[in-house]
Amino acid sequence: MAAPAAEITKSGILVTTLTRPPRSLWKDAWWQFRRHRLAMIALGTLVFLILFTLIGPLLYHTRIDDIDFLLSLKGPSSAHPFGTDDLGRDLLARVMFGGRISIAVGIIAVMLAITLGTTIGAAAGFFGRFDNPLMRITDLFLSLPVLPLLLVIIYLFRDSLRSAFGPELGIFIMIVGVIGILNWMPVARLVRASFLSLKQKEFVEAARSIGARDRRIIVRHILPNVLSPVLVAATIGIGGAILTESTLSFLGLGFPSDVPTWGRILYDARNYLDIAPHWAIFPGLAIFLTVLSINFIGDGLRDALDPRKSS
Amino acid sequence: MGRYILRRVLIAVPTIIVISFVVYAILALAPTDPLSQFGADPRVPPEVRATIRTSLGLDDPWPVRYVKWVSALGRGDFGISFMSHSPVMSLIQQRLPNTLAVVGVAYVIGVVLAIPIGMISAVRRYSLFDHVATTFAFIGFSVPTFFTGILLIIVFSINLRWFPFIYDSNLQIHDIGSFFDQVKQSIMPITVLALFDTATIARYTRAEMLEHLPLDYVRTARSKGLREQVVILRHVLRNSLIPVVTLVALGIPAVFGGAIVTEQIFRVPGIGELLVRSIGDGDTPVVAAILLIFAVLVVSFNLIADVLYAVLDPRIKYT
Repeated sequence: MAAPAAEITKSGILVTTLTRPPRSLWKDAWWQFRRHRLAMIALGTLVFLILFTLIGPLLYHTRIDDIDFLLSLKGPSSAHPFGTDDLGRDLLARVMFGGRISIAVGIIAVMLAITLGTTIGAAAGFFGRFDNPLMRITDLFLSLPVLPLLLVIIYLFRDSLRSAFGPELGIFIMIVGVIGILNWMPVARLVRASFLSLKQKEFVEAARSIGARDRRIIVRHILPNVLSPVLVAATIGIGGAILTESTLSFLGLGFPSDVPTWGRILYDARNYLDIAPHWAIFPGLAIFLTVLSINFIGDGLRDALDPRKSS
Repeated sequence: MGRYILRRVLIAVPTIIVISFVVYAILALAPTDPLSQFGADPRVPPEVRATIRTSLGLDDPWPVRYVKWVSALGRGDFGISFMSHSPVMSLIQQRLPNTLAVVGVAYVIGVVLAIPIGMISAVRRYSLFDHVATTFAFIGFSVPTFFTGILLIIVFSINLRWFPFIYDSNLQIHDIGSFFDQVKQSIMPITVLALFDTATIARYTRAEMLEHLPLDYVRTARSKGLREQVVILRHVLRNSLIPVVTLVALGIPAVFGGAIVTEQIFRVPGIGELLVRSIGDGDTPVVAAILLIFAVLVVSFNLIADVLYAVLDPRIKYT
């Protein structure tokens, strides 16, 4: 921040002006966010975890599917820092590889949920005639028992998607799809509520009076104002989606065991807790740290983007 | 008020009907034949199997089967399990008490712990207690329940040998000793669920209290000379609890969802374990019945939350 400049005006009053380059909304938010110590630590942890899964396999060359029965269920050692599983496969490599899938599932599923939720919420909030039917559908989706339904859908549709898109991509599409389709409702409600209040505001009236079409008003004028709560919901949603994916895999209804997501590794490990606890602890810690960091970042973002709080 | 409740009930009933239809449609339209397990015995010749299917009405179009299913439900008949050949109703009746015991105790513990924690945290904001409680709450709802369960098993069952890690459902309580055995085997599943519940509710209570503390009516209460204790407990807490009560009601179905995972880890023979097993076995009547029970739970607790909110907060207009 620049030093305050003092000057005396003609009338003899001392005026102190604080000169500082103007900050954009996002710079301001970042400035606020940086002061949230836990959120910054969490951001660092998350960046580390993402680099660990993306760059780790480039530096650590052990393959995820090298089977060596002589090394089965060995604890951490210098050759295998995270130990090995029942087939003697290296767990560090599997945890790194699995992280890519778990994090990708979280991000893509949330993108789907946000897109659906924003579209439905905007339509319901902006066009009065869609409001009632769309909100009834939203309420209906909110009344669905999500976890049991996910389990059933995945069980029933797994084989056909697997044969249509291949074993890995098929399951990936299905898990991302169902998580997305069953999680858009809170965003839709949030966006609808903001649209209902914003469309009454003067700036919308001004835009309309200079001839802006509905489409332009929605996309250019109202939507940017809704962005920050949606961003916070999206951040926290990624953590939730990662948890859901791990839960499904942990119940044996997610990815098959040749695709080692974090939840799947835990599922495979759960019968060896007495002789090989390391097998479960490393992937479990990875899920926990990722979700915890994402939640802290969401909390920091909420504080940073809340206009009532920024000073 | 009466009209408001009536309206909510009138919305809830069609919701349940639509959900039952969706559940049935998903099961009926799935590319995997949910009935493939039925009569899968290779010694049964295909024509006999076809006759069985026809005689059971399995060749009817699925909307017809849906109507039959619903009208049977209306008479309290959930059908027969493909696997155990016993009525679905009696299977669920065997399992439900186990789930209710674990889930119920955990939720009560969660609520009883969470409200005071959230309250103290808000009143002593930024104190050591607040920092510890907030961090604990964050950890509590970020750690997946299956990982908490596994950690508890590693620490308390395998290393310390305090608790058994497989739930023995045949245990009969007839004296003090067997009662303690029951307590011992329930501690870990209950802890896992209670940890999650406490974290969610405490965080919410704290946030609500913080919203209310700076309001004018609190200052008025203080300036009247009321003791701080009375201000907090009688004024702030009462108002803050209104949304918390709704959250507690809305959270109950999610807790049953969490029970699916917990029952799987600790092998508690509850309704969630039955669901996962029936999905694996392709036991459609059981799956459909459990899904419907979950849907009814969600819809009823939404209804209860709406009504409680209106009863507790007279500012809500009954529309």
